[in-house]
Amino acid sequence: MPTLREVKKRIRTVESTKRITKAMEMVAAANLRRAQQRVEQSRPYNRVLEQLLSHLAAASTDEITHPFFEEREIKKKTLVVITSDRGLCGSYNGNAIRRAAHWLEENKEFECELVTIGKKGNDFFKRRKWPVVEFYGDWGGSIDYEKAKEIARFLTWRFIHGETDEINLLYTAFISTVRYRLTIDRYLPVARPEEKEEEVGYNIDYIFEPSAEAIYSSILPNYTTSKLIIALAESFASEHGSRMIAMGNATSNAEEMVDTLTLQYNKARQAQITKELLEVVSGAEALSG
Amino acid sequence: MFHLSIVTPEKVFYEAEVKSLILPGSEGYLGVLTDHAPLITTLKPGKLQFRDGEDKLHVLAVSNGFLEVSRNKANLLVEAAEFAEDIDLERAKAAHQKAKDALASAGEEKLLEIEVKALQMALERAANRLKIYRDTHK
Repeated sequence: MPTLREVKKRIRTVESTKRITKAMEMVAAANLRRAQQRVEQSRPYNRVLEQLLSHLAAASTDEITHPFFEEREIKKKTLVVITSDRGLCGSYNGNAIRRAAHWLEENKEFECELVTIGKKGNDFFKRRKWPVVEFYGDWGGSIDYEKAKEIARFLTWRFIHGETDEINLLYTAFISTVRYRLTIDRYLPVARPEEKEEEVGYNIDYIFEPSAEAIYSSILPNYTTSKLIIALAESFASEHGSRMIAMGNATSNAEEMVDTLTLQYNKARQAQITKELLEVVSGAEALSG
Repeated sequence: MFHLSIVTPEKVFYEAEVKSLILPGSEGYLGVLTDHAPLITTLKPGKLQFRDGEDKLHVLAVSNGFLEVSRNKANLLVEAAEFAEDIDLERAKAAHQKAKDALASAGEEKLLEIEVKALQMALERAANRLKIYRDTHK
């Protein structure tokens, strides 16, 4: 049986931990709201771009060639892993890292390299057998658009210069506050846009200025950048969501623990009172006897 | 009247029914009115103007992007857009100076071609913002 003082001390520790997790939960909830908004706001741009690409594909007669479409024989693959910079967000990073390792195992017949976004993934992979060619950290939990553009530029540069033949993007898609889906998407080469069904028979005769080719070559870099931005936005939202839930659980666990400890404390207190009474009574009896 | 939506990677910047639109196409400024022929074009940084339903003229600074017009819908995708009245002169000046300085020292630092190009574009954007600010704040 722990002594009264020990139990009291533990109660105090657990309570202060609870205060911290509670505060973290609230911060994560606020961040989540903002991140969620970002996700919703960054989707339209990508949607309209995709629309534009499919209109371009439908309207231009000849096959368009662009370095981003180039499907080479695959010798080398790149995986971009998006994780968080900071921990305490439940299984968020663990899941992403496990999935990445699994993917690397699956693709072991190719030469694989990694690009890590977020400290946690980098910490894990920097000492493994796969080379980490670049690491981007210190995000502070939200998107830096300039940095996203820089990453997109870096990735496309590697692809165009033949440093890698395929780039895949691992991110955590945000479905709802409690549901996330780990997703691996091919980033480069870009899949050729399809002519949408609804557009068939309604082929609009577009005027292109300066030319379909020129428009393609300026749209595609924007398209890849926006894909990366969305992946980042979704991952950040998932991160904050996971953290909110993890901290919420920690808070309720702490509450439970305080309850059990308080019970223990009261029992110990009673035991002590009984003991003292016994001592007094037996002392009195000894005197009178 | 036709529908105009201005979308940036960050958000849907503006959406409204408008009467006319003038924007900086890569081949020169162009105007869009109701029932314009289907068109896809690239944009360069410049001044975008449109008239809303009440004939009020709005002026914006836009950077590189695209325009798609079809069936009385104008979809405008730009990397950045800013209403003339929202332009922060001090910030625009600072950005302009920064880009200029960086370009001036580009030769010494042996920057890659693509980096120089990015700087030139940044300079162009900053100069554009300044110009529009001065045009509208006389």
